[in-house]
Amino acid sequence: MSSTLYSLVGLAAGVAFILALKGLSHPKTARRGNLIGAFGATVATLSVFLYVTPPRDGGAAHSLPLHNFGLILGAIAVGLIIGVPAARKVEMTQMPQLVALFNGVGGGAAALVAIVEYMNLGASATTAEVIFTVFTVVVGCVSFSGSIITFMKLQELMTTRPVVFPGGRFVIAATLAAILGVSVWVVGALGTTPLLILALISLLFGVLFVLPVGGADVPIVISLLNAFTGLTVAASGYVLSSTLLIIAGTLVGASGTILTRLMAEAMGRSLFGTLFGAFTAKPQDVAAAGEERPVRTGSPDDVAILLNYARRVVIVPGFGLAVAQAQHTVRELADLMTSKGIDVAYGIHPVAGRMPGHMNVLLAEASVPYDQLAEMDEINPTFGQTDVAIVIGANDVVNPAAQTTPGCPIYGMPILEVSNAANIVFLKRSMRPGFAGIENELLYDPKTMLLFGDAKASLTKVVSALKAL
Amino acid sequence: MDALAVVTIFTLAVFVGFEVVSKVSSTLHTPLMSGANAIHGVILVGAIIVADHSENNLELGLSLVAIVLATINMVGGFVVTDRMLEMFKPKKQEEKK
Repeated sequence: MSSTLYSLVGLAAGVAFILALKGLSHPKTARRGNLIGAFGATVATLSVFLYVTPPRDGGAAHSLPLHNFGLILGAIAVGLIIGVPAARKVEMTQMPQLVALFNGVGGGAAALVAIVEYMNLGASATTAEVIFTVFTVVVGCVSFSGSIITFMKLQELMTTRPVVFPGGRFVIAATLAAILGVSVWVVGALGTTPLLILALISLLFGVLFVLPVGGADVPIVISLLNAFTGLTVAASGYVLSSTLLIIAGTLVGASGTILTRLMAEAMGRSLFGTLFGAFTAKPQDVAAAGEERPVRTGSPDDVAILLNYARRVVIVPGFGLAVAQAQHTVRELADLMTSKGIDVAYGIHPVAGRMPGHMNVLLAEASVPYDQLAEMDEINPTFGQTDVAIVIGANDVVNPAAQTTPGCPIYGMPILEVSNAANIVFLKRSMRPGFAGIENELLYDPKTMLLFGDAKASLTKVVSALKAL
Repeated sequence: MDALAVVTIFTLAVFVGFEVVSKVSSTLHTPLMSGANAIHGVILVGAIIVADHSENNLELGLSLVAIVLATINMVGGFVVTDRMLEMFKPKKQEEKK
């Protein structure tokens, strides 16, 4: 393959990625967009096997096949064996973790590529190349270790609450200063050892950077790290003279930044507040936590009766619904109510579930038509005319503390204002607070009825009770 | 690589990246993030290039690890995004059932 043809294939792949992102922005074209992206990536990968990139020291390119051809194919096979089953088998509820993990390994790959190319170039590297290498190693390592921590938080392998230790912000500042210092050292001294030290400090920084982020804000961080990884890919494109990598990486970096901002807006958060909020938040009022307060619990029959005489019901699904795999049962309940002439809508909070849009994916899995799903801004003004709001396994997204308690971790996040409905039914497993770890006052509201138990079991009982009426 | 050409490509790509996703509904945030995530898996191309350039076993070993990681990122990312999007069925099909 000639160098011109190789470059043109790279350009075509770049165009495919633009079309992919464009397609992914609309429900109708999303799937096709993703396939176009996959096609572009496949073609780009095949083209590297047909064209030998000349070495940077100005020597002539060797002839095909690539050196280490068999090992390269073997490594790709290993990647396929790990990646494909993981992607195929993952439960929809665990999607966010997997995306975080995939993003992390991408960042790790970019950092490794930069390190190897740097070893290879040695003293012949130009200052610009060294600076780009340093950038890739730092940001790639931060993205890698940061993603691993977000994975652990989402998988609940560690606490989902912000982790703040005394002097945390000074440790972070010191680590950042160390990164800058060692970076200057690498650019000045040109050695592999300082670069590896830099990689280690950056890995540490990634951990420190994500630890203070609270569970509810984790998706924003995943999106931000995703944009970071994009930029590292663009930087390695410069060092490897690959226009394709520059285009693809920059596209992801730019669109990822916008997406991060959109997500932060949907949650009513500033990006700065998300990342550093834990350092400035006041300690929470724990006085109320220990005290036993009365709540009103109900039976499935009570709930069924309440629903039977309602004219309008809004279902507010949360992550608990997904965990219980109750999507299908909730649809059954909705269909039953519709057949009784009750007006039913789903109120979907933008970040219901663990990631923006996550709940839409889960309900789509249960074949709930997406025009029944109302977004927060549409549904909020209608709670005043709603007889019953059923909150299924959701907590933080309806917690009025977001509007009333300055300083609490979710303060300022827009919520579904279910408190305006005439009656509220909470289906919960326990009184345990939600993912953000905050008490919900609404549970003690006199117009709230609580139905404890697994969401799917409770819903099944409500459905049969309602059928009997 | 010519620095000016790089700056040009980078700048244009930034604007294209901003433009294509500026109006996306929150419904699609998760698949879009996941799809963009798969796209940066194209670092696989870079990993293959450095595996070809490797001059010793350390370099080769590191670049092979990079190939494994990049393949997971790229292929896994596209597959998982497709699985998510498969579920956004158009409403018409639903009514036919």
